[in-house]
Amino acid sequence: MELVEAIILAVLAASTPLLIAATGELVTERSGVLNLGVEGMMIVGAACGFAGAWLTGSILVGALLGIVAGTLMSLVFALMALGLAVNQVATGLALTILGIGLSGLIGAGFVGERITPAVHLHIPGLTDIPVIGRVLFGEDGFVYFSVALIVGVWWFLYRTRAGLILRACGDNHVSAHALGYPVLRIRTFAVMFGGACAGLAGAYLPLAYTPFFIPGMTAGRGWIALALVVFSSWRPGRLVVGAYLFGAVTILQLHAQGWGVGIPSQFMSALPYLATVIVLVLLSRARTGGSTAPAALGTVFVPDR
Amino acid sequence: MRKSLLALAVGLLLAGSVGAASAADKLKVGFIYLGPIGDLGWTYQHDLARQALVKELGDKIETTYLENVPEGPDAERSIEQLVRAGNKLIFTTSFGYMDPTLKVAKKYPNVHFEHATGYKRNPNMSTYSAKWYQGRYIQGLIAAKMSKSGVLGYIGSFPIPEVVSGINATMLAAQTINPNIKVKIIWANTWFDPGKEADAAKALIDQGADVIMQHTDSPAAMQIASERGKLAFGQDSEMIKFGPKTQLTSILDTWAPYYIERVKAELAGTWKSEDTWGGLDSHMFAMAPYTNMPDDVKKMAEDAQAAITAGKLHPFKCPIVGQDGKPVECKGGDHLDDGQILGMNFYVKGIDDKLPGK
Repeated sequence: MELVEAIILAVLAASTPLLIAATGELVTERSGVLNLGVEGMMIVGAACGFAGAWLTGSILVGALLGIVAGTLMSLVFALMALGLAVNQVATGLALTILGIGLSGLIGAGFVGERITPAVHLHIPGLTDIPVIGRVLFGEDGFVYFSVALIVGVWWFLYRTRAGLILRACGDNHVSAHALGYPVLRIRTFAVMFGGACAGLAGAYLPLAYTPFFIPGMTAGRGWIALALVVFSSWRPGRLVVGAYLFGAVTILQLHAQGWGVGIPSQFMSALPYLATVIVLVLLSRARTGGSTAPAALGTVFVPDR
Repeated sequence: MRKSLLALAVGLLLAGSVGAASAADKLKVGFIYLGPIGDLGWTYQHDLARQALVKELGDKIETTYLENVPEGPDAERSIEQLVRAGNKLIFTTSFGYMDPTLKVAKKYPNVHFEHATGYKRNPNMSTYSAKWYQGRYIQGLIAAKMSKSGVLGYIGSFPIPEVVSGINATMLAAQTINPNIKVKIIWANTWFDPGKEADAAKALIDQGADVIMQHTDSPAAMQIASERGKLAFGQDSEMIKFGPKTQLTSILDTWAPYYIERVKAELAGTWKSEDTWGGLDSHMFAMAPYTNMPDDVKKMAEDAQAAITAGKLHPFKCPIVGQDGKPVECKGGDHLDDGQILGMNFYVKGIDDKLPGK
């Protein structure tokens, strides 16, 4: 049973950065903007987050700096893609390349340093319950925050007027504009939210997961977050399922190897991606009425004044 | 005005070409790196060697490096870029650059290439590598002595011969101490992904391994072992900072002597295509200090290191029995020959796992 608990803990830890980054990107895409720069924003968040925590000794400061860094990166994107109406795909890719370089530069002075990782919750009695104790009451703050974040985003998108307006911008920016909503301003906020989440997700890696900074340590997690948004068909509920499923397959394939299950490890490494493709196919076949993607996703909007 | 501008332009052009000429007096040496120079592992060690090279021969050479160059066909462009920038000796420092390097080498016969860990050569392309399995053998001895559970955890990158021979050397050594020793192997299918390496280390420890060995590049596994109070070996570079009470030793890549020797040969005009596969005796790698172990284990490790260095102990001494229970053909007299080790694609007896792809 201890092994089950250990596996669940590892799955939650592996899924959290994906969930946080994907939540941010979901909001961005729901407003009609495709920001492919998640990986770049994450890695800059990782570098700045580590720098902040190392310099001040505070994980919280690190996390906040990660958020700020991610937001600043997303503002670069907003300036280009929204302000100057540049192609969003190209801008997003450029942002990733910029982020990887920038993070190496920022982090250069911190390579080889280590910090004390984020503390895990401990409630005497509750945390000691077998199997579920540590899973529910023994996580670090990031894990709890990620759950609160996705619930908050769900509530915002489907239960508030502002969320409705944001979705309207993503589905039909011309109508939203005609109704008098400031489409570009709303999209800028959505992009900034995506950047903040990506920055935090990146900061999670050196602050809680592997408490040191190494250039390139996000290792493609930003791209997985992007895939998860598609996997979720832009819905928060499915996003949670997707993120934990992805984390679970990643961790279980490692355990399966340790147990000596005779399935090639290369195949198991590819499983999460295979699952994404299959879900996409199933979704598109089972589609009832219209595309699942925000209709205006990735399209440039220049308001006529 | 226009005339003076023109004169200025011509002057600048001349100045530029003069600058280039003086730079051309120095031998240009290029490096292609797989990871970032700050990876604290594989690429970091190559760059340390480059720095040592600059320190030694800096007045005669000029070095350039390209980092984060992906393996595969795309590397060709990066290598050609170094050629066109005037580099006359180019080190391509990862296995996956083999075919791209060969292709570029054939295209530019006047440029010399040095490819790490590969097996394809050309009149203007050498290969070099280190007999890391010797270090793995020493680690296997230590691991078997230090493990209480009798289960070792091994994080592999890809099931290529270099990694497989490392696992076998480890187990052959460990079996001399504890014939029933077990090893759990997890392939990360990446050289560098700290998060995944950490997850693999967690999985191994959760499944009962208490000594972690890795053939991936980041210190993540060391750090996890340290967090869980287990023991571990570093990889490529000194990782004791990530586990002061955890690191037993680490195989340190020390490329500097080789790089300096090859560049000196190039400067002297005596460079020729060679295949260098050096071990502890030729200082192609070194062992980090033996730490976090009792004195008798330390002495055993040091004795083994001395014996291997002196050529008295060969990790792949015959008889070697494969997983199928049949003895492996002994082509090198009383030990496996280099070809068998370089192409190793089987597990030795005692490993209860299946080699991927077999």
